Amino acid sequence: MSKFSGLNQQTVKDISSYKKEPEWMRKFRLQALEHFEKKLMPTFGGDLTGLDLNKIHYFVKSTDGIKHTWEDVPEEIKRTYDKLGIPKLEQKFLAGVKAQWDSEMVYGSLLKDLEEQGVVFLSMDEGLQKYPDLVKQYFGTIIPIDNNKFASLNSAVWSGGSFIYVPPKVSISLPLQAYFRINAKNIGQFERTLIIADEGSFIHYIEGCSSPVYTTDSLHAGVVEIIVKKGARVRYTTVQNWSKNVYNLVTKRAWVGEDAIMEWVDFNSGSKLTMKYPSAILAGKGAKVNMLALAIAGAGQRQDCGGKAIHLASDTSSTITSKSISHHGGATSYRGLVKIGSGVSRIRSKTVCQALILDNESKSETYPAISAIGPNCEISHEATVSKISEEQIFYLQSRGITEAGAQALIVNGFIKPLVKELPFEYAIELNQLIRLEMEGGI
Amino acid sequence: MQDSLKITDLSVQVESKLVVDEISLTVNPGEVHAIMGPNGSGKSSLALALMGHPAYRVVNGQVMMGSSDLLSLKPNERVKKGLFLSFQNPVAVPGVSLGQLAWSSYRSIAGESKVEVRDFYTQLKKQAKSLGLKEEMLNRFVNESFSGGEKKKAEMLLLLNLAPKFVIFDEIDSGLDVDTLKIVAKTINGLVKQRTGVILITHNQKILRYVKPNFVHILKAGKIVRTGGHELASEIEERGYVKI
Repeated sequence: MSKFSGLNQQTVKDISSYKKEPEWMRKFRLQALEHFEKKLMPTFGGDLTGLDLNKIHYFVKSTDGIKHTWEDVPEEIKRTYDKLGIPKLEQKFLAGVKAQWDSEMVYGSLLKDLEEQGVVFLSMDEGLQKYPDLVKQYFGTIIPIDNNKFASLNSAVWSGGSFIYVPPKVSISLPLQAYFRINAKNIGQFERTLIIADEGSFIHYIEGCSSPVYTTDSLHAGVVEIIVKKGARVRYTTVQNWSKNVYNLVTKRAWVGEDAIMEWVDFNSGSKLTMKYPSAILAGKGAKVNMLALAIAGAGQRQDCGGKAIHLASDTSSTITSKSISHHGGATSYRGLVKIGSGVSRIRSKTVCQALILDNESKSETYPAISAIGPNCEISHEATVSKISEEQIFYLQSRGITEAGAQALIVNGFIKPLVKELPFEYAIELNQLIRLEMEGGI
Repeated sequence: MQDSLKITDLSVQVESKLVVDEISLTVNPGEVHAIMGPNGSGKSSLALALMGHPAYRVVNGQVMMGSSDLLSLKPNERVKKGLFLSFQNPVAVPGVSLGQLAWSSYRSIAGESKVEVRDFYTQLKKQAKSLGLKEEMLNRFVNESFSGGEKKKAEMLLLLNLAPKFVIFDEIDSGLDVDTLKIVAKTINGLVKQRTGVILITHNQKILRYVKPNFVHILKAGKIVRTGGHELASEIEERGYVKI
């Protein structure tokens, strides 16, 4: 197993030359490194003092190359999927799926019909090799390398992630799925995803993350850039359950063109600290974004999540629904931004934040921000915090249901609007995750 | 022989206030015991303590159902033994539909896999209909913006769903129009016929025209001050609680 531990110019150069990247990418990485070194740690969102950037491995390769058939995937990796309880049926699904192992794609084979429709679904590394011009045109344009410290870090050392291009008017009915898992000590995952949905196309992309528990602090700093061209629609679903020592600091942003629709469905559980605020730049007239997010924080965890909508064109609309559950002393917060560009009108934006607090030790906070309201704009924000009351628990107990069962019943009711947006197998996985969370909260 | 519900010298405190004071009462299967009394006499406190509400602390006494010591059991375990409390003002549970609660409740008591969910709902819809409860109510969140009558009917539905041995009705009659009152009374009489033991808490005797109690107990300041037959209810109607 080769490792590039520690971080300096040489590390970055080594990564780039190991991957045989074009010169422009090498420069991009080095420039990003400069920004990373200059930028300060964020002062909001959570405590990052436990994160030792010198103890992170910035690049690890786990297998020698990218495998193309399921049979070639190492047994150990398959066994881990088994242990994680991924149903056999879904493992078969993986035959047409991207799975990230450590920092590299270990498996990638295109579904044949996708190929025939001209859809590109590759690891980001492969994408750069095979479509250098397309990648160069868009890479880093939605999230600039100086956007924030961890986006800079990702830009310097990124590895893996997905590259997707959907040609005009092509609509893919089955969701494309990718699994990201951290599986070695001290491995930072810096996956980089770029999705380009050309005019009038549709794609649903799902990333599912869950990872085995280990002892040292770990970092996940992904970057996801999405371009939704005129009349296209992209849905990006995340079901994620990082182990509880991971700092999950992700930057996700979509550029949304005329009459195009971006949908973020985001489920966050696990991790020590998650800071994630999927954003949409509504750049074309009539562009829309819908965000539906759920965060769960248990003992020792903080989920600082939210959504951002930047309305740069008239007749654009944004809907942000954010739900959070805190239990066993966990903390959740909603951090949002709705920004209206100058000279635009007829904007509609609705933010709904709902927090469910399960006990007296847990907490939840809301930090919405709305700026510059133009003519004929309807902007609303509502936040509710509810606590499961002793009366509700007692009432359900007096109907024969156990205390834990009563809690689960209320929690399931709370998350239902999100769960029903997920494909069946994810809905089941999500319900299982939440049950385990509630039971294992110590 | 069927079990009896036997309450002996029961005293209950809320915070440091004594709300139930050495109450003794035995309910046999198929009997109806009306408990009457003015507001604040401890009627609801008795009901909540019997069900095991955490704020109602039992400081003395014993409650047995057959050979089971109910006070040592959690509320859901008491339900499993066959006790049911119909709440005076049941709390709303957003996100949980009435049908879903009925199903979870039934499965908690009857165990998994005893009945198919589809058969269960067929049965539940029938019961809802017999109570005059619209089918669409099963999809509404429990008690959330239910009318007074709908809440009471929902409580009756959850009761029928479990077929308990002993039921405490805490002011099931309050706020009901006469038609609903008749439906509720008919359902209670049906339960009694099946040898369910009933404690009927009320502070007005209207329901007692439709459900004939075997015993009437008058509660004042947490104590049973008088016990009699059905005629005691009529006496209260004429004279009020003050002179009892």
